[in-house]
Amino acid sequence: MNILDFNKLSLRDINKVLQESDKNSFFSIRNPKGSHALAVGINKQITVKVIGSVGYYCAGMNKFSDIKVEGSAGPGLGENMMSGNIHVTGDVSQYAGASGHGGSILVEGNASSRCGISMKGVDIIVKGNVGHMSAFMAQKGNLVIFGNAGHALGDSIYEANIYVAGEVASLGADCIEKKMTKKHLSKLENILSNANVSDYNLDTFRRFGSARSLYNFNVDNAKIY
Amino acid sequence: MKKNSITEPRTSHTFDAYTNSEIRRAAETGIYDIRGGGSKRNLPNFDDLLFLGASISRYPLEGYRESCNTKVILGDRFSSNPLNLEIPITIAGMSFGALSAQAKEALGRGASLVGTSTTTGDGGMTKEERGHSKQLVYQLLPSRYGMNPDDLRKADAIEIVVGQGAKPGGGGMLLGQKINDRVAEMRTLPKGIDQRSPCRHPDWTGPDDMEIKILELREITGWKVPIFVKVAGSRPYYDVALAAKSGADVVVVDGMQGGTAATQEVFIENVGMPTLACVRPAVRALQELGLHRKVQLIISGGIRNGADVAKALALGADAVSIGSAALIALGDNDPRYQKDYEKLGTTAGSFDDWHEGLDPAGITTQDKKLAKRLDPKLGGRRLANYLNVMTMEAQTIARACGKNDLRNLEPEDLCALTVESAAMAGVPLAGTNWIPGT
Repeated sequence: MNILDFNKLSLRDINKVLQESDKNSFFSIRNPKGSHALAVGINKQITVKVIGSVGYYCAGMNKFSDIKVEGSAGPGLGENMMSGNIHVTGDVSQYAGASGHGGSILVEGNASSRCGISMKGVDIIVKGNVGHMSAFMAQKGNLVIFGNAGHALGDSIYEANIYVAGEVASLGADCIEKKMTKKHLSKLENILSNANVSDYNLDTFRRFGSARSLYNFNVDNAKIY
Repeated sequence: MKKNSITEPRTSHTFDAYTNSEIRRAAETGIYDIRGGGSKRNLPNFDDLLFLGASISRYPLEGYRESCNTKVILGDRFSSNPLNLEIPITIAGMSFGALSAQAKEALGRGASLVGTSTTTGDGGMTKEERGHSKQLVYQLLPSRYGMNPDDLRKADAIEIVVGQGAKPGGGGMLLGQKINDRVAEMRTLPKGIDQRSPCRHPDWTGPDDMEIKILELREITGWKVPIFVKVAGSRPYYDVALAAKSGADVVVVDGMQGGTAATQEVFIENVGMPTLACVRPAVRALQELGLHRKVQLIISGGIRNGADVAKALALGADAVSIGSAALIALGDNDPRYQKDYEKLGTTAGSFDDWHEGLDPAGITTQDKKLAKRLDPKLGGRRLANYLNVMTMEAQTIARACGKNDLRNLEPEDLCALTVESAAMAGVPLAGTNWIPGT
C-alpha cells in the first residue's frame, strides 16, 4: 500500500502518481482537507482510499479504478466517469455523477440537488435522500434512491431508470411512475449486488422513467416546454 | 362618372412582407421558426471602420518585400504545450451531427494545410476530424454529449463553452431528422428524437466553480494543453474578466453574427450584441487585469475577409475564429445548387434551414447521398485557399499601416464611418477626433 499525504505532497504530485501508477496498485490518501479535483482522470485499474472529506470533482472522469472516500464529497463527485466504482461513506454535494457514462457510485449518506444530472449510463445508489432536480435530462443508467427524492425528480428524462424506496416530493416534466416488472426487479437486484449492497427490500422500490412525450416537438406541449 | 385618383398601395415598415409571412407561418404551425446561422440584421459591423494607412507621419512597409508576421501563440499562460498557429484565424466549433463527417474532415484538412486549428462541437470528437486536424480544440459543452477523457487527452486544447453569440443564455438543438444511428450513439440518445442541449453546465455555475472546473481539466490533462473559455457577446467586459480570473488561457468572445446549427429565429435576432461592440470591452477587461496579450483574446461572429481580421486585431484581439464563412468556402449556399434550394423553398444565399438535414451542398446534413456531394479533399483545399487569401489581405492592410506583425495593428490605425460604430469600436469618427462616449 502506498501512502500519499497532503501534508507532504501537492495536489499535482498526488494526481500524477495516481495517473501514472501501475495497474492493481493500492493507494491511501491522507489529510485531503477538502481538496478539489483529487484522483481525477485515472485511466487504469487501481484502488484508492481517501481518508477524510474531499472537495469538488473527486474521481472526475474516472475510468477503471475503485475509489473510496471515507468522509463526504463536494460537488461533481465522479462527474463524467466512464467506468470503475466510487464509494463515499458520508454525504455528497450537488451534481454527483453528472453526465457519467458508466461504472457505479455508492453514497451511504445523502446526495444534494441534481444528483445524476445528464447521466449517460452510470449507476448511482444513494442510501439516503436526494435533492431537487435529480436525474435531470438523465439519458441512460440507473439512479437508485433508498430515501426520499426532492422536487422535479427526473425532469426531461430520456432512457434512464429511477428507483425510489422513499417518498417523491414531485416528478419533473415527462417523468412518470412505471410498472416494476420482473425484469426491472432483477436489474435492480444486480445493480445493488454489484455495489455490494445487501440490506434492502426490493418490494419497497418504485420505478420512474420517461413518458417519452417530449421526445419530438409538439405545440400542444407548449406549456411544459 | 369621373373616377377618383387612387393612391399607390402603401406597405408597412412595421408589418413588412417578411414579418407578415412569419405571422402567417406561426399561425399555421404553432411552432416558432428555427433556423441555422447568425443574425441577418443590418448590424453595425467591421465595414463601418476604415484603416487610415500610412503617409508622411507614418511610413508603410513594402508589400511582398518586407515581412509581416501572422503567427500567434494561443494559451501560454499556464499550459506547457500552447497552440502555435501560422495564422491568426481559427475554425470555430461546429459539431459532427450538425455537420456531415465529410464537412468535419474538410475543415480539418483545410485548417491543417495553413497551420491553424479547428474545433469540435456538441457531440464529441470524430476520428475524421482528429485524424485530419493537426491542431484540434475539444469543446466541453453543457450537454457533455460524447465527452470522454480519452478524447480529452487527445486534444491540443480544451474549450469550455459557456455561451454562443447566436444564442447567449440558450442551449443547443438538433432535430430528429439529423439524429441518425452514429449521431445517436455518440450522444447516447434514442435515434430520431429532437435533441436539446442544456444551456448550463451540469456540474458548475458561476466563476468560482469554473475556476475549480478548470483546475480539474488541467489535472486530468497534466497542465499540458491550453484551456479556452468561450462566451457569447453579451457582457464582454465582465465575462472576459471573470473567465480570465477563473484561470483561462484564452477567451473566445462570439458576437451575435456568429452562427449556430439551429435555434429560434427570435433568439438569433434579438439576444446578444454585434461583434463590433464586443471587442473593446473585452480588451479593456484584460488590460485592466494586466492580462492583455497574456490571456489571448479570440473574436468571432461574422468575420468574412482579411479586412475584418485586421480590424479585429487592430482593436486588440489576438486572433479571430470563423464558422459560417468556412462553410461558405466549402460550398454552403453555392449558386450551383440553386435549383435544389428552390425545391426547398429558398434560394442560394438564403438557405438557413440547416436543422432539417436537407442541405443540397452536403454540409449540414447526415443524409448519405447529400453528404457525398462534398469532397473532403477538395473542400479542404478550398478552405485553405480562402484562409490564405484572408491572411494575405490582412497583411496587405497591416503593411500599408507600417506594421510588421498583424498584432501591431492598433485602434489608432482606424477611423469610423458612423457615430454608432465610433462609439462601439472606440475609434474617432472619420475626419474628427471625436470618440462618442469618451
